Amino acid sequence: MIDDHAIQRGRHKMTEPAPETLTGAQSLVRALEHAGVEVIFGIPGGAILPAYDPLYDSSIRHILVRHEQGAGHAAQGYAMVTGKVGVCMATSGPGATNLVTAIADAYLDSVPIVAVTGQVASTVIGSDAFQEADIRGITLPITKHSYLVTDAADIPRVIAEAFHIALSGRPGPVLVDIAKDALQANTTFVWPNELALPGYRPSSRPHNKQIREAARLIAEAKQPVLYVGGGIIKADASEQLADLVELTQIPVVTTLMARGAFPDSHELHLGMPGMHGTVAAVGALQKSDLLITLGARFDDRVTGDLDSFAPDAKVIHADIDPAEISKNREADVPIVGDAKDVIIDLIKALQKQTADDGLTGEYAPWREFVLGLKSKFPVAYEAPAQGLAPQTVIERISKAAGPEAVYAAGVGQHQMWSTHFIDFERPRQWLNSGGAGTMGYSVPAAMGAKVGAPERVVWSIDGDGCFQMTNQELATCAIEGIPIKVAVINNSSLGMVRQWQTLFYDGRYSNTDLHTGPESIGARRIPDFVKLADAYGCVGLRCESIDDLDDVIAQAMSINDRPVVIDFVVERDAMVWPMVAAGTSNDDIKIARDLAPEWDEEVL
Amino acid sequence: MANHTLSVLVENTPGVLARVSSLFMRRGFNIESLAVGPTEIPEISRMTIVVNVDMLPLEQVTKQLNKLVNVLKVVELDSDSAVERELMLIKVRTDVATRGQVLETVQLFRAKVVDVAHESVTIEATGDSAKLAAMLNVLEPFGIREIAQSGRVAIGRGTRSITERAMRTNASGTSN
Repeated sequence: MIDDHAIQRGRHKMTEPAPETLTGAQSLVRALEHAGVEVIFGIPGGAILPAYDPLYDSSIRHILVRHEQGAGHAAQGYAMVTGKVGVCMATSGPGATNLVTAIADAYLDSVPIVAVTGQVASTVIGSDAFQEADIRGITLPITKHSYLVTDAADIPRVIAEAFHIALSGRPGPVLVDIAKDALQANTTFVWPNELALPGYRPSSRPHNKQIREAARLIAEAKQPVLYVGGGIIKADASEQLADLVELTQIPVVTTLMARGAFPDSHELHLGMPGMHGTVAAVGALQKSDLLITLGARFDDRVTGDLDSFAPDAKVIHADIDPAEISKNREADVPIVGDAKDVIIDLIKALQKQTADDGLTGEYAPWREFVLGLKSKFPVAYEAPAQGLAPQTVIERISKAAGPEAVYAAGVGQHQMWSTHFIDFERPRQWLNSGGAGTMGYSVPAAMGAKVGAPERVVWSIDGDGCFQMTNQELATCAIEGIPIKVAVINNSSLGMVRQWQTLFYDGRYSNTDLHTGPESIGARRIPDFVKLADAYGCVGLRCESIDDLDDVIAQAMSINDRPVVIDFVVERDAMVWPMVAAGTSNDDIKIARDLAPEWDEEVL
Repeated sequence: MANHTLSVLVENTPGVLARVSSLFMRRGFNIESLAVGPTEIPEISRMTIVVNVDMLPLEQVTKQLNKLVNVLKVVELDSDSAVERELMLIKVRTDVATRGQVLETVQLFRAKVVDVAHESVTIEATGDSAKLAAMLNVLEPFGIREIAQSGRVAIGRGTRSITERAMRTNASGTSN
């Protein structure tokens, strides 16, 4: 006789075998696979070494970078183009501290990355062991959250939580520091079905009452502006934003982080606001009576002197992070929520308001005014009598590669020229270090972007200063088959600092000459970027004249099997205009040196 | 600027105090006093933080605290509707002539003597800041040798419990 219960028990045993024993390192790699990781940028070393053994057999691609900062920025670039979490990995001590700049950058620009670092064994933590650094303590103020794992059993839960926290709500960097003995210990793998994070409830639906109040203010306003920030891109809300503009016909400004969130080609797009914003964008904010702020944070580079910023405007401020609302500028209507939800609800409320009460905003005179500013003060530059204008180079690259390409800038003049002279038509087209202003961001970010979107052309638009901070990743690109294109806008100096020295320090160029230019300007071409590209297994090109410009760009566009570096030797006295000097009012914007728009003539 | 008392319920995990204090340092908020202890729920600790800021920055403080993953609830306790206490240990110089007067002060303030030596007494006093300041003022002339003072702890008056409320919101909240 066979006992039914025995069969049941047997079946039970067959479907749920005893959990297999594996090492903490194997558990980590399996957890990363479960989290959907496709690629990790990193460098092995002592404390993280156990993790690299199972990684060798994993489906996850590991890209061996040449410096951990490159791993961090590459993870950011990957995250920015894919909308997924980027992952970087490093060993303890200096490996981990080299990630710090990228983590800080991701924190300020709300980029979802998970940084996995090895830590010395838990038994020696605190003893100043070899390559020990308290990376969790160091990154406490620049991470969204962080973990120190000393028990192997915690690894799957921590990884699951880290990915959830990095991507949800306002995205940001999460650090997972794992002690070496936890990686070596035997454990079992249990992927959590539910996360227990009682103190973390990031997203909430926008409040109906606030949405109705916002709709009312919009209908009553005479001079409204949509002040759009990077939150629109993080929330994938560009389509909804376009619907809102279609419905309301309200002019739009896009911040540095939001370039591409709304097409530049749209008539009502006034460009970028802020220190180097367009006259139309800056002027519209200053003269506005209502700022409809969506996923932006009133950064000082946008507001200039806060007290004189948009003095007559009421403020609707929608953000997923409640702490951003009324942080710098008090909001009249605060709305906490995901930008996409907010816009969808707002459109419904506006339509209902029109249907029920016949309320619709009337902004025709205002549109005429701001569009007048736009046509009267386009972003322009004067081509130099001799030499190559940096703006022309960027303009032509944009023309050749088009909006389907991805553009990653470093920080400084070339970054600002890129925002003005590249045509931005789609979200995730533009990567840059906005909040942190990290020189060296471009090349590794472009590398990460190319890995995330291999079908797209990826241009790194870099400066000669920035490029020298992280160009070692050209080796990674060449060896790993990541054919990015790098345009070095080479003015042989730390250009933006030089510009300030010209304007505010009587042209005393203290320590801004980099000597990367030709002998004709007294420089020594150290390093020679063409030779450097060649040494790294890339194609190196040089362009010194406008006559060769289109040919050189075309040549770069035709090479797809290797990275290309072009040394664009540009005129070094070109400056970024318009400009609002630091700490002054946006009303004092200059369109060229000593040239301000005549506001009095611009009557509404 | 004014003092505000915040009760902060946090998960009882390693590093949570560092997260909170790092946040105050980084954002430039001044902590006047800080007291941490367990609650009736073993997984939850309670911090009572006295912070000296205006109303608007106070909103920033609470919003930023709420962003910390290990922070469960932040409540501002209004002194009118809360009991606030500090504990102070005071070592006062005494001799045969002054001991009687010191003991009288102890009684007046409903404090107690917890240690006696030939030339000093040690007093334990609890109360709000005003009471302790008044008592110190009276003891001052005798000669104060040493003071140890706790941070403020506070609890709302009435039957409502913030830990209960925190547990309830957490149970109903989704972990999205």
